[in-house]
Amino acid sequence: MNFEFNEKQKMIIKNARDLAENYLLPGVIERDETSTFPMDGYKKLGQLGFIGLPYSSEYGGSDAGYLEYVLAVEEIAKVDASLAIAYSVATSLYGGPIADYGTEEQKKKYLPPVLSGDSLGAFNLTEPNAGSDAAGVITRAEKKGDHYLLNGLKCFSTNGPLADYFFVVASTDSEQKTRGLSGFIVEKSFPGVTIGKVDNKMGIRSAQVSEVIFNDVMVPEENLILEEGKGFFLAMKALDGGRMGVAAQALGIAEGAYELARKYLMEREQFGKPLYRNQYLSFKMAELNIKIEQAKLLLYKAACDKDAGRSYTTSAAKAKYACTNLAMEVTTEAVQMHGGNGYMREYHVERMMRDAKITQIYEGTNEIQKLIVSGGLFR
Amino acid sequence: MRRIIVCIKQVPETDKIGIKQEKGTLIRENIENIMNPYDKNALEEALIIKDKFDAEVIVITMGPPQAVDVLKEAISMGADEGVLINDEAFSGSDTLATSKVLAAAINKIADYSIIFCGQKAIDGGTAQVGPQIAELLNLPQVTNVKDIKIKGNKLEIVKATEDGAYLLETETPILLTTTTEINNPRSPTMMGINKAYGENGNKRISILSGKDLNINPKEVGLEGSPTNIYDFCMSKKSKTSEMIEGNKAKEKASILINKLSELNYI
Ligand SMILES: Cc1cc2nc3c(=O)[nH]c(=O)nc-3n(C[C@H](O)[C@H](O)[C@H](O)COP(=O)(O)OP(=O)(O)OC[C@H]3O[C@@H](n4cnc5c(N)ncnc54)[C@H](O)[C@@H]3O)c2cc1C
Ligand SMILES: Cc1cc2nc3c(=O)[nH]c(=O)nc-3n(C[C@H](O)[C@H](O)[C@H](O)COP(=O)(O)OP(=O)(O)OC[C@H]3O[C@@H](n4cnc5c(N)ncnc54)[C@H](O)[C@@H]3O)c2cc1C
Repeated sequence: MNFEFNEKQKMIIKNARDLAENYLLPGVIERDETSTFPMDGYKKLGQLGFIGLPYSSEYGGSDAGYLEYVLAVEEIAKVDASLAIAYSVATSLYGGPIADYGTEEQKKKYLPPVLSGDSLGAFNLTEPNAGSDAAGVITRAEKKGDHYLLNGLKCFSTNGPLADYFFVVASTDSEQKTRGLSGFIVEKSFPGVTIGKVDNKMGIRSAQVSEVIFNDVMVPEENLILEEGKGFFLAMKALDGGRMGVAAQALGIAEGAYELARKYLMEREQFGKPLYRNQYLSFKMAELNIKIEQAKLLLYKAACDKDAGRSYTTSAAKAKYACTNLAMEVTTEAVQMHGGNGYMREYHVERMMRDAKITQIYEGTNEIQKLIVSGGLFR
Repeated sequence: MRRIIVCIKQVPETDKIGIKQEKGTLIRENIENIMNPYDKNALEEALIIKDKFDAEVIVITMGPPQAVDVLKEAISMGADEGVLINDEAFSGSDTLATSKVLAAAINKIADYSIIFCGQKAIDGGTAQVGPQIAELLNLPQVTNVKDIKIKGNKLEIVKATEDGAYLLETETPILLTTTTEINNPRSPTMMGINKAYGENGNKRISILSGKDLNINPKEVGLEGSPTNIYDFCMSKKSKTSEMIEGNKAKEKASILINKLSELNYI
């Protein structure tokens, strides 16, 4: 077991950090206030090869692995958690099913435009009556000759309003529940695809999340991934990967808030000394420091599991659970340590606290993560 | 344009170095070594020329073995090859000795059209190394370049000065030092990172010693350095204030103007 990053990983971290500090930090508060997506930042992530980190260069990827990818998401999220989730959804949730299970043609056609940063990709599983329980999906894909006719409404689609490509889970057999679901690649340009309500959110406000509506959309049969009935499997596999992205996003938020608090405790003086000289506060920071390291190790372990070809469903669930709860705890403490200033926009930590909450909810709530972990305990 | 050589120095991240107020000593813990930021502009200009004219870009650095990091970073950004110039005998070199070593290495690489140096190093900061290399190699030089246009064999160069600029026409081979306004250095791409750190990354790096360069050890290092540092100390910052008395704003303003011109501030 080796806990050292190699030179290449160090360089990737440095590159992502430079991008975050020099390019994403300016304007991050304003983007949150005005719900403006950093499209330039996203394109830059693509141009520099970040979006395609875990995929082969044959399809526009960067020939690295999941560990490198989570390290990059972590650095971006220290500064801009909204861009971090847009990145993770494009890489893991859209790219994952195509890269891992798509045909050669699907990979050649649908990975490069998203991995290069020219286009965004989105993932559409959730519907008003299908959240934690995907069996509730009622979006229909009906086979008609050489295509499928797609009808239905998806909600909470991250990147939805901006995406050119969607991975969509729809029912091809209404007699069956999850076994009747299938996975498709749908282009925004297909007639009948429209964007519904754009959501007004508590946090990750510069990320764009919306309904996506399919009205008699003709999807060519070659856009079905694997065969009919594999949609639930594809979605769960994509989410196993995506959860590491969410965990990295959450870990980054936690580290970003921790660092701001650490600096603030050294600068701010009360009772004639810097705040950190109060043992209550320095011990609190020591606790958070230890918890950050714990969560980090769980996440890197999960990524290493995937890169080594081991099963990673439960290790990803553990990482997601630990990192996202950490983000909520650290950001709440960071606001507290900043006192009244912490409640104010310009100090960043209030945004980070709002951003942290969603990480406990999407890509499987933390209750669902416990369902996954406990599911393996009593066999 | 055939070959462009860029001199890059590895420096401590000086803006993160603290100073222990009592003793005036540097706090060097946790300080990382980075590519001299000014050298990124030099490298970027070389890469712009490479993109247009398909020139070969070779980056060189004199330093300890870990200075190879800046060469790899430069390759990640798009440079083709790196040369580390490393020898025990070089330690303690001042700017003159450093320039001698770099000039010898450049001579050995040969066949260059342009040598780029940064404006200055953020640590030593003498801005002497570039000009000294040019003198040692008997090359023309232009410092503080803020724009370059290549017209056949000729270069049209804008050199920044304190109160304006010169427009110059020169020929190659030449040594140029760049300003920060000349360009915005690019970030490494994953393709570049794979090139620098992948399986064949080390093949892009060569190492030269004093022997390879036929350098007499007595002419470099501490012994070959005419500069000696006897001591260094903190500059003292002091603040005093003076209230300007007067009845009217106009009167106060003219007193202020007189004072400022007495002090040669205006
Ligand atoms: C900002 C945002 C972005 C999103 N992005 C996407 C996206 O890009 N693509 C996509 O498909 N979806 C996306 N989602 C949807 C998200 O994944 C779901 O909201 C989430 O899975 C929870 O589903 P739900 O909202 O229907 O909650 P519900 O399933 O109704 O859950 C409500 C509560 O009950 C709990 N609960 C449910 N079942 C159980 C159980 N068996 N045991 C214990 N507790 C349980 C849950 O943990 C939760 O606390 C996004 C959501 C948001 C808010
Ligand atoms: C803390 C400290 C201790 C020192 N100790 C000594 C000492 O004991 N004895 C002594 O004689 N001198 C000493 N020096 C000076 C040291 O030798 C110089 O830093 C060095 O010669 C480069 O000069 P400079 O930093 O002024 O670079 P500048 O002349 O400001 O650099 C201009 C450009 O030259 C190029 N360049 C400079 N150095 C290199 C390099 N090594 N490799 C590749 N390109 C380069 C870069 O393109 C750079 O942008 C010390 C300097 C420092 C900061």
